[in-house]
Amino acid sequence: MSRKVPEEQYRKTISYRFKTWLDGVRDPFLDTVEMRPQPEFEETAETVARRERDRERIRDRVYDLEKNRLVVFFSRIYRVMAVIFCVFLVVMLLFAVSWLPTFGEADKPVNNEVSARYLEEGLQETGAVNAVTGMILTYRAFDTFGETNVLFIAASCVMVLLMVDEAVLKKQEKKNDRQFEPKNDVILQWSAFILCPVIFIFGIYVILNGHLSPGGGFSGGAIMGAGLILYVSAFGFKKTQRFFNEKVYKVAKITSLIMYGLIGSYFYITGANGLENHIPLGIPGHILSSGIILPINICVGIEVTCTMYAFYALFRRGGL
Amino acid sequence: MDIIRNFPAVSILLCLFAGIISSGLRARAAGILNMLLILTGIALNLCTLVYVIFTGEPYVYVMGKFPAPWGNEIRVGELEAFMAVFFCIIMLLSMMGGSLERKREIEDGKKNLYYIMVDLLLSSLLALVYTNDLFTAYVFVEINTISACGLIMIRQNGRTLEASIRYMIMSLLGSGLLLLGLCFLYDLTGHLLMSNIKEQVGMLAAQGTYHMPLIVALGLMSVGLAIKSALYPFHTWLPDAYGYSTLSSSAILSSLVSKGYIFLLLKIFYRVMGFEFVKESKVIHVLFVFGIMGMIMGSLNAILEDNIRRMIAFSSVAQIGYIFMGFGLGTTEGVIASIYHVVSHSASKALLFVAASGLTDASGGSCRYRDLTGAGFRNKLAGVAFTVGSLAMVGMPVFSGFISKLLFSQAAIGHAYKMLPTLIALAISTVLNAVYFMKTVIRIYTPAQDDPEMAPGRVIKMREQKQKSAALICFIILNLVLGLNSQPIIEMIRNGLGMFG
Repeated sequence: MSRKVPEEQYRKTISYRFKTWLDGVRDPFLDTVEMRPQPEFEETAETVARRERDRERIRDRVYDLEKNRLVVFFSRIYRVMAVIFCVFLVVMLLFAVSWLPTFGEADKPVNNEVSARYLEEGLQETGAVNAVTGMILTYRAFDTFGETNVLFIAASCVMVLLMVDEAVLKKQEKKNDRQFEPKNDVILQWSAFILCPVIFIFGIYVILNGHLSPGGGFSGGAIMGAGLILYVSAFGFKKTQRFFNEKVYKVAKITSLIMYGLIGSYFYITGANGLENHIPLGIPGHILSSGIILPINICVGIEVTCTMYAFYALFRRGGL
Repeated sequence: MDIIRNFPAVSILLCLFAGIISSGLRARAAGILNMLLILTGIALNLCTLVYVIFTGEPYVYVMGKFPAPWGNEIRVGELEAFMAVFFCIIMLLSMMGGSLERKREIEDGKKNLYYIMVDLLLSSLLALVYTNDLFTAYVFVEINTISACGLIMIRQNGRTLEASIRYMIMSLLGSGLLLLGLCFLYDLTGHLLMSNIKEQVGMLAAQGTYHMPLIVALGLMSVGLAIKSALYPFHTWLPDAYGYSTLSSSAILSSLVSKGYIFLLLKIFYRVMGFEFVKESKVIHVLFVFGIMGMIMGSLNAILEDNIRRMIAFSSVAQIGYIFMGFGLGTTEGVIASIYHVVSHSASKALLFVAASGLTDASGGSCRYRDLTGAGFRNKLAGVAFTVGSLAMVGMPVFSGFISKLLFSQAAIGHAYKMLPTLIALAISTVLNAVYFMKTVIRIYTPAQDDPEMAPGRVIKMREQKQKSAALICFIILNLVLGLNSQPIIEMIRNGLGMFG
C-alpha cells in the first residue's frame, strides 16, 4: 500500500523532522527562536574606583567608624555574643530534649485518653474517616477558626504594607518595569493551559475529600492558590482580573469567613448549651457526610486560595 | 443553663465577625462598627462580671459539643471578667482619643484595615483572658502579634517601618520560644488543657521525674512572654514602636497588648504549672532581678530622652519592670500588687499618650521638650490630664499609682531576703520617675518666651477636639476611681485570684 513521495514532500513530514532532530542533524530552535547571548559584565577601572568610593562613603556616613570606636567595639561584641548565645541555646535545648520520654514508647504520656478517644470514637462522633480532619474541624473547631483568622489578618497586614491605589498603579504602569510581564511566553502559556485545569480540579478534589482522605481546606486551598499564581504568571494580570479582581476577592473572602463563623458559632453555642444541633453526620465514607466538616473545609479552602493569591499579587504588583 | 454564661464566648466571636465584615466596609462604617463592637464588649463582659460575682464561683464553657480535654473550652472567673471589662474600656477610650490622628496619619484607602486590626486585636485579648487551653492561647497570641505589627506600620514612614520590623522579629522570637515550651509541656503531660496539665505537672513533681525538662519548658515560656511584653533586656523594640506609631496604636500597644501577654504568663504560672512549682523553680528569681533592672534602667533612659513620646515609652519599660518584680516576689500579695499595677498602669499610660499628643498639637506637632514650653496653657485640658497621669505614674496619693506602690511595698515587707532590694529599687525608681515626669510638668507650665527657634504653637480649645477631650476626661475619672476607690478592686482581684488556680 506504500506509495512514492517526492523528496520535497518527504522533507516536510513530521517523521523526517523527528528523525533529523534525533540524529542531531537539525536544530529545531535554530532560526525560529530568537537567541541572543547576554553581554558580558564589563568594568572599567573608572567604574571600579567609583564603586569602591561609594561603598566607603556609605560606610562612613552610616557608621563614621573613625570617630565612633564604640560602634566597632559593640558590633564585635554582638557578633561574639550572638554565636555564644546560639550555641548555648542549642546545647540547652538538645540537653532538655534528651530528657524527654523516648519517641514511640507505648506508655508515653501523650498516649492518653485524649488521643484514644480521637482515634476510637472519632469516626462515630464526627463522621470523618480522616481522623486529623475530624479532630481539627470538629473537636477543636474553635482553634481552627482562630487559625483561619490568622491567615485573614496576615493578608490584611500585607495589604497595609504593600497595597497601592488602583489609580496610582494605572499611572505608574508605563514607568514601572515590574509591570512588564513575560508576555506571550509560549512555553509557559502552553504549560499553564494544560496544567491549570488539572491543578484546580486536584485542589477541589483535595478540599472535597478532606474528611475522607489526607488533605482538607488548608492543603487544597494552597493547591488552588498555586494554580491561580501559575495562571497569572503565564497570562498576566489583565486576563486574570476578568474573573478574579479585588471585588471577587473581597466577596469570596468575606462570604467564606462569615459562613465558617456562622456554622462554627451555631455548633459552639448549641453544643455548649446542651442543645441538639440538627447537623446530620451522614454515612462515613460518603462524600456528603461528616456534618460540619465538609462546608467548613470548603470555606477554609476558598479563604486559603484567596490569601495565597493575594500575597503573590500584592508582592508582585501592589494590588489585586 | 443561664444565658449569661454564653456572653464571653459571644463577645470573642462578635469581635472576629466584626473584623471580617469590616474588610468589606468603608472606613467610616468600619469605625462605627468598631465603636459599637467595643461598647457591646463592655456590656457583655460587665454582665458576665456581675454574674460571676453573684454566683461566687468560676464556670467552664465548652466551645462545641465535646467536653474539655477533647474539645476547646474557656473558663470564666471574677478576675478574667474584670480584666475583660477593663481592657474593653481602655480600648474604647484609646480609640476615641486617637480619632483625629487616625484621620490625619493613615492613608484613605487603608483606614478600614486599621479597624480590622483593632477588632481582631480585641478578640485575641478577650480570648487570651478567657481561654483555658494552651493551644488556643497560642493561636490568639499569633493574631495578637500580627495585628500589633499592622497597628505600628499603618502610619507609613521610615521610623515606623523600622520599628515594626524590630517588633516583628522580637515578637516572633517570643512566640517561637512560647511554642517550644508548649511542645515540651505537651510531650511531658499529653494535654493542652490548662487544668489537666496542672494535674499532670503536680504528679510529675511529686514523683520527681522529668524535673529538668519541666524547668526548661517553664523557662522558655516565661522568656518568650517576657520578650513579648518588653521586660528590660528585651525592650529594644519598644521605644520606636510606641513613640512613632499613630496615637491610638501607641495607647493600645502600651496599655493592652503587653498586658495581655502578662496576663497569659500569670495564667501559665497559676493554672498550668501551679504557683508552688513556679516558686520552687528559680525562674521567678530571674524575673525578679530583670524586673528590678528594668525599673531603674527604664527610668534612666527616660530621663535622657528629648522626645516626649519616647520618654513615655521608656517609662513603660520601668513599669513593666514593676509588674515582673511583683511576680518575682513569689507571694500572693506580690501577684495581687502586680495585677493592680497592670490595671493602674494601663489607665495612666494610655492617658499620658493621649494627653501628650494634645500638648504636641498645641506646639506645632513637635515632640521636643523645648517646643513644649507653655503647652499646658495653650491646651488646658491636655495639660491637666498630663499632670494627672504624671502624678499617677510617680505614685502620689489620690491617684492610681500610689496604691500599686503601696501594695508592692506591703508585699515586700516580711520577705526574707527580697525585702531590701525591693524597697530600695522602689525608692530609687520613684525618685527617677519624679525627675522626668515633674521636669515635663514644670516645662509645660512655664510661660513661653519669644524664642525664634521654637516651633509655632497655637491655642486649642476643648471644643475643637471633642472626642479627645471626652476620652481625656474619662481617663482622669478612671484614674481617680482607681486611686480613691481601690479597696473593692483589690478585693475583687484577691477573690478572682482565689478562683483562678
